[in-house]
Formats: sequence, structure tokens, C-alpha cells
Amino acid sequence: MSLRTVFRRIMAERLAFAGFIFIVLLVLVAIFAPWLTPHDPAEQNLSKVLKGWSTEHWLGTDELGRDVFSRLIMGSRAAIQSGAIAILIPLFIGVPLGIISGYLGGIVDDIFMRIVDGIIAIPAILLALGITAAFGASLWNAMIAIGIIFTPQFARLARGQTLQIRKEHYVEASKISGGFTRWIILRHIIPNIAPPIVVQASFNLSYAVLIEASVSFLGLGAHDPQVSWGSMIQQGYSMIHMNPWLIIYPGMAILLTVLAGNFFGDGLRISLDPKHKLEDK
Amino acid sequence: MFLRFLLRRLLYVIPMMLITSFVVFSFILLIPGDPALTILGENATEERLRFVREQLGLDKPIPVQYFHWLTNALQGDLGRSIFTGELVHETVFSRLTVTFQLVVSAMIFATIGGMFFAIASVYFQNSWIDYFARFLGVIGSAIPNFWLAMLLVLLFSLNLHWLPATGFTSITKDPVQFLRGIILPSIALGAVGMAQITRHLRSSLLETMNSEYVRTAYSKGVDKWRAVMRHGLRNAMLPVVTTIGILFGNLLGSTVVIETIFGIAGMGQLAVNSILQRDFTMLQGVILVMVVLVIVINFITDVVYAILDPRIEYD
Amino acid sequence: MDHVNAPLLDVQNLGAYIPTARGIIRPVDGVSFQVREGEVVALVGESGSGKSVTAMSILRLNAKVIRYTPESRILYKGNDLLSLKDREIRKIRGAEISMIFQDPMFSLNPVHRIGRQIAESLIIHRGMKPKEALEMALDLLNKVGIPDAKNRINNYPHQLSGGMRQRVMIALALACRPKLIIADEPTTALDVSIQAQILDLLRELQREHNLSILLITHDLGVVAETADRVLVMYCGKIVEEGTVETIFRRPQHPYTKGLIESVPRLHGPIGKRLHAIPGTVPNPLELPEGCKFVTRCGYASEQCAWREPALAELGLESRAACWHPLNLQGGTASENGTARIHLER
Repeated sequence: MSLRTVFRRIMAERLAFAGFIFIVLLVLVAIFAPWLTPHDPAEQNLSKVLKGWSTEHWLGTDELGRDVFSRLIMGSRAAIQSGAIAILIPLFIGVPLGIISGYLGGIVDDIFMRIVDGIIAIPAILLALGITAAFGASLWNAMIAIGIIFTPQFARLARGQTLQIRKEHYVEASKISGGFTRWIILRHIIPNIAPPIVVQASFNLSYAVLIEASVSFLGLGAHDPQVSWGSMIQQGYSMIHMNPWLIIYPGMAILLTVLAGNFFGDGLRISLDPKHKLEDK
Repeated sequence: MFLRFLLRRLLYVIPMMLITSFVVFSFILLIPGDPALTILGENATEERLRFVREQLGLDKPIPVQYFHWLTNALQGDLGRSIFTGELVHETVFSRLTVTFQLVVSAMIFATIGGMFFAIASVYFQNSWIDYFARFLGVIGSAIPNFWLAMLLVLLFSLNLHWLPATGFTSITKDPVQFLRGIILPSIALGAVGMAQITRHLRSSLLETMNSEYVRTAYSKGVDKWRAVMRHGLRNAMLPVVTTIGILFGNLLGSTVVIETIFGIAGMGQLAVNSILQRDFTMLQGVILVMVVLVIVINFITDVVYAILDPRIEYD
Repeated sequence: MDHVNAPLLDVQNLGAYIPTARGIIRPVDGVSFQVREGEVVALVGESGSGKSVTAMSILRLNAKVIRYTPESRILYKGNDLLSLKDREIRKIRGAEISMIFQDPMFSLNPVHRIGRQIAESLIIHRGMKPKEALEMALDLLNKVGIPDAKNRINNYPHQLSGGMRQRVMIALALACRPKLIIADEPTTALDVSIQAQILDLLRELQREHNLSILLITHDLGVVAETADRVLVMYCGKIVEEGTVETIFRRPQHPYTKGLIESVPRLHGPIGKRLHAIPGTVPNPLELPEGCKFVTRCGYASEQCAWREPALAELGLESRAACWHPLNLQGGTASENGTARIHLER
């Protein structure tokens, strides 16, 4: 039915748009977190332990009397920072390496791809565990680990695009003398690489939030007084029979953030690829 | 012909395994300062420090260290636990069967669930089950697995008291208890996989149902069920086989979280404990075994795919 | 009802339309024709003329977006196929009416062996056991001229050449001894040398089993070789109808004439430009009010722009929808005529 098709198109774009708005809002919250928290997220108050909703503590208090709402807001920082690092490190390290490897080709490319594949073969969490184990458990180290995890992926993406472009422009470029060749190819590579990388970056945000939460949940990431949604869940789990809401709020926060990243990524992928059919996903 | 094909694939996998093993090995190298000191802390005795340094082979140059480590590993010797002194490979392999049962259960759940929803979604296009399946696919891909585990425990253990919240019984000891204990962890572990398979198979199936050979099938008088199951599915499953193979690696990694929550004494829990106890040799051993498993499964997946697709030539 | 003369297939006022955001598109707009027993009828037209939609409509294989006007009727042996339930039309598909499609590479299932694909309709319609059905499939492969059929039967489609794949398609279509075969561009995707073989095969089978064939094509050479009667379609309507001789020797409609003249010739003065029909097919959302061909017709008058001509009898077995039929009397066609196209049978 044509009406449904139209509805679906709007829906597909609307979800992506909603995802984008959510991420923007989240970034703003993360930036202005210290001013947005009604209470100090680390402040303990053992007389007000595990309270429910109230006007003073909107979402109640946790097992150490800390304000859940404030902690939730503060936790957005860890999430956004993880996402940012998961995009920036691969972008500035992985992409150039991938382009160089694809451009040079030959044995350099072969070796590079073997290394990349070798790293990708390791499940992300194990890689994060290994790195945090070596460097010590902290939120910062967890985020560096995440950045390292995503670098080979971006490198592969960049290399793939570079190879394609090299094939297409090789004939044209061979007519122009040496120096110009490289510049022109570079000019063509960047704009062509951008769309798939932007799409991948959006999914990386989601995945980074999940990994950071998992690592923090295991006690290898955020430590008090650092706040992360993952660590909130870890701490809240021991109180689950007393107040299950302690894990529900941070869990929902993670879920919504990941959904936002996924929706936005999907929407980007559709709009950036003219061949992609909008009908069925 | 087929043998040559296998050989060529192996030739690609082996250098990759070497690199991966080097990465796993290099975790130790990343430790700033004196690793032995970092591991044991400041109050360590000289004797303990020497033991650790010997275990890690820290006094030799790096390539030599790696070489020794690798050759030992290939013979099955993964060193001794810094913490308990036990043989690493014994501990790891004793836990392997446990994790194996968990991961296989989760994969069965993910695959069967995924296939069910994808097929139902396509057969009853635009019905409520179609929307529900797509909803599951979206949520399943986004939900943190440990959080899902907790919600499941909250509902099925703490509220309804139907299923246990922790513990594991091997299937060989008591199948019924095994089943009761494995349901929640399998769902929590496999949910992401089910979502991925649902989405992938659904889109693949929709594509094949629009193909010309399905049209030919209809022109022969084939009914919708047969068209979906015998014509569409057989073709649509091919790319999904690869997804399933990759899923195995994800699931294996995620056992660290799930086994911790459900108190399952498998490799994942071992990995987490090793980190908390700073037992590096054990950690290296566990991760190495896991990674080798992942690579082997990926290799098998590639081969299976080649077998299933008659269009792939073997030279 | 006089069964000897009643047509096997009787299409009446077939109208297919697709509502879109920008208006209604009518790929088929009031098409009527008949196919009698043992007859080969060719449906000719450029892409976009509506011939494929017409062909697919018979077995109701069109995409779900296509709808039919209430006046549409497709009568097979007196029953309206458009009004049948799903279960009933499935009995017709493959058993009474079969189809052969254009591209055998994509029309055959890549992961099924060809024997099984042929056997499938036998299993469905005749209730045969797989083993029996495969034996019969072997028979059919021999019949359509596949060499070494005993081994080939276990091949996959990609292991066969294009011509052989099309033979397999024909075997598939023939399996349950249908009365009517709809062939949608059966030779378009094949090499020219193979085309002739396939057409020969079709003719042979047609004669042997007294099949009716509805042949969809844009290739006039194929029409000349194979058809008894010809229907020319343009913009969703039939603009001319006649026997193969009449159409080629005395085309009435300017479009038909244009089509015939557009066929490149081997003989004839060198340096002469290829003849093409000037202009392009009009946008389906902006069709002219009168005759749809008016924008490209060299014989058009004012009347043609405002009033749409209906199909009119212009002689024995010849009808055309034109205000100024070319009406070439007797003898051969114009000097550019049809010397090139052989009318051997």
C-alpha cells in the first residue's frame, strides 16, 4: 500500500532523526553534567539508604545513600567519552594506516591486513580485558582499550575504499606525472571514505557504550568515585531483591543510547546509499 | 581438489593465528614497569618475584620469550598459575566443557529463535508477528546482555521462582537440572545473536523471495510455504551461515559477563578471576584457548559455507 | 458452446493499474485477444509496452502492487482466472499453463539440481514419488535435446551453458503436459546461434503436442520464425493484430511499419542510415489524450491528437487501431519491406 510505504519512509527517517536528537542531548548532558546534578553523585548519606522516589531524590537513593538521578546524569560522561574515543582514535590512527596500506599495496598491504585480521579475530571484550588487566583497571584505561579495539575495523574500511578508488583512478592518474597523482588520489579518497566511516562511527558509539558498561560491570572500568552506568548496574545488582530499580534506570539509559546510535547509523546508511531499498530492512 | 582448497584456507589462517597469539602474548609486555612487581605488589618476597619472572620469561629478549611461550603452548604447556601454581592448561580445559555447553545452548537458542522469527516475519509479511520480530531484532541488538540477564533473574528467579538464579549442572550429570540451569543464561547470552540472525535472515529471505527463481517456482504451482522453505530459505541461509560463525566468537567473549552473573564455573569466569587476582599466566592461557577456538570455528564456518554453496569451485 | 472453435485463452478488457503518489499508471489498458488451440501467438512491443505485465497477469504472477480493473477477464477454458482462489490457480500453474522466462541463469534455482527442479511440478501436480518424477525428468531432458542427460540431470544450473539452461526451462514447463505455454522473451538473453536452436525446439514441441504458445518478444525476427498470429502493443494497448503474413507484408498501423523498418538489414544500399522511429515512448503519467502514438507518427492528423482510435476490422484477420491505416493493397510491402525476414515455416 502506498500509504504504508510513505509511512515507513517517514518512520525510518524519523527513527534516525530521533536517534540523532537523543545523541545530541546526551552529549549536552554529559558536557554540562556537573551543573545538572541536583546532588553530588559521590556524596554518601547512610541515613537515607535505598529510598524510593521523592521530591528530594527524584529516582531514589542507592545502597550508600547516593542520589541515583545525579549518578545517572554523571554516568553519561563515561558513555559519551567512551563513544568519542571509540571514534577518534580509530579515525586518527586506523584510517590513515588503512589508506597507506591500501595505497601502497603489495607486500606491505598483505602484512598489514594479516595483522589487522589477527587483531579482529580476538573478541572485543577479551581484548578490553587483556588491556585493562595490563594497564590496570580504570575508566580511562577501559576507554583506551575500546579505542584500540575499533582501530583495525576502521583501518580495514579505509583500506577497502582506497583499493577501490585506486583501481578506478589508476588509469586516469597514470597519465599525470608522479607528484600530482598522489594528491589527486588523496582528494578522491577522503570524500569517498567519509560516508561508510561516518555510518560505522555511529554504530561504534553504540558498541563502545556496551563494552564500557560490560567492563565497568566486571569491576575493571570505573571505580568509585568515578560513575558509569555499568558500574551502577554492578553495584545495584547486589541490592536487586531490595530495590530492582537501581539496575533498571542505568540499564534503560544504556539501552536507549545504543538504540539511538543504531537508529542513526541505519538511517545514515540508507540515506547515504542511493541504491539501498527503503522498503524492507 | 577439495583438499587443495582446504590447504589454501589453512595457509591463510596460520599466519593469522601467529599474529593473534603474539597479540595475546604481548599483553604481558604492556604492563608498565616491572611486571612481576606490578602483579605481586610491593610486599612480594624476592622468591615469589623470581618465580613470576621465571614463569613470564622476563629476563630474555622478547622474540625469544615469544618463541618459548609459543612452542610450549603448542605442546600444551601454558605454564603455571601465578596465584595457585596449578598447571594452566589443566584448569582451562576443565572449564572448557562447561563453557562449551553454555555457548552451544546459547547458539541453538539464537539460531532456532532467529530462524523462527525471520521465517514467520516473511511468511506473514506486515502482520503483527512481522512487526514483533522486527521489534525484537532492534531491541535485541541494543540491550546489554548482563542487564538482560539480571532482568531475567529478577522475573524468573526472584519473582516467579521458576528457575535458579545461579549454578550449573553438567548435562552428563543431570539433564533436567542442566536444562533448568541453562535456560536463563542461554537466553541472556544468545539474545543478541538471535536478534542479529533474525534481521539478517529476514532481509536475506525477503531478497530471495523477490528473485526470479522463486517466480519460476510459483509458475510451477508451488505454494507459498514450499516457496519459502524449499526455495527461498535454502538460498537465504547461505550468508547467514557466516553470521552464525562470527556469532560464536562474540558469544565466547560474552561468557565473561554471563558466567560471572550466573555463577557458572567456565572459562569466562576464569578469565575474570584471573584478572582480579592478577594471575597473568592463567589469563594468557584462557584468552589464548578462547581465541584459538574462535579462529578454528571461523575456519570451519568458511569451509561449511563453501560446501553448502554449489557455485563455489574448489580450485 | 462449440468447443472446437472456442478459444483456449480468451483475454477480455484486461486492465492493470498501479496507483502511485504521482498518479495512476496503467501498464495494460484494455487489452483483448484470444489464443486458440495449437496456435502460436506473438505479443510484440518495445519495453514498457505492457506485454510482460499482460503475460504475467495470466498466471497471476505479478507483484502485489498491480491491480486489475473490474472489467478485466482472463478466460481459460471458460473460467475466469482472475477470480480464482489461490488454491485453484495453483492447480493451473505448471499443469495447464506454464511459463518460460527470459533469463535462465536467474530463473533457475542455483542451489537445486536441475533434475529436481523439473521433477518438482510432477510431484506437485501428478503426486508422483520423487524417484518416478526424476525418471520422467530424464525423459524430458532427452526430449529437449540435452546431451548426456543421465549425468547432466545432477548438475546445477551454473554448470550448464545458457542455451542448455533454457532447454531445461522448457523441459520444466513441459513436464505436466500443459496446453498453453507463455514464453516471455525466451531467446533475448541468448546468443544468436543458440536462439535459432531454441526456437526450432519450441516449434518442434509445439507441433508434436499441439501446444498453444503465447510468445512475448520485441524481436521481429523471432516473430517471423515462429508465430502464426501477431499482436502489436504500444503503451498498454493493442494497436494492430493480424496473421504473420499480413503484419509483415501489409502492416496497417504506422507503429508496426516503423518496427519492421527498424530491423537492420544485411542487404541494401550501403551508407543508408538505420531507420528508427522518431521520438520516444511517452511518460506513462502524461499520456496523450488521443492516439498514444501521435507524438511519433508521420501520418498523424488533428483527429489523432484528440480521439483515440479503437481496434477496427480492416480485412480478413487484420485489425488496427488507427484513423489512417496504411492499407497497402496486395503485392509486397514498401521497398524497404520485409525481404530480409524469412517467412518459411
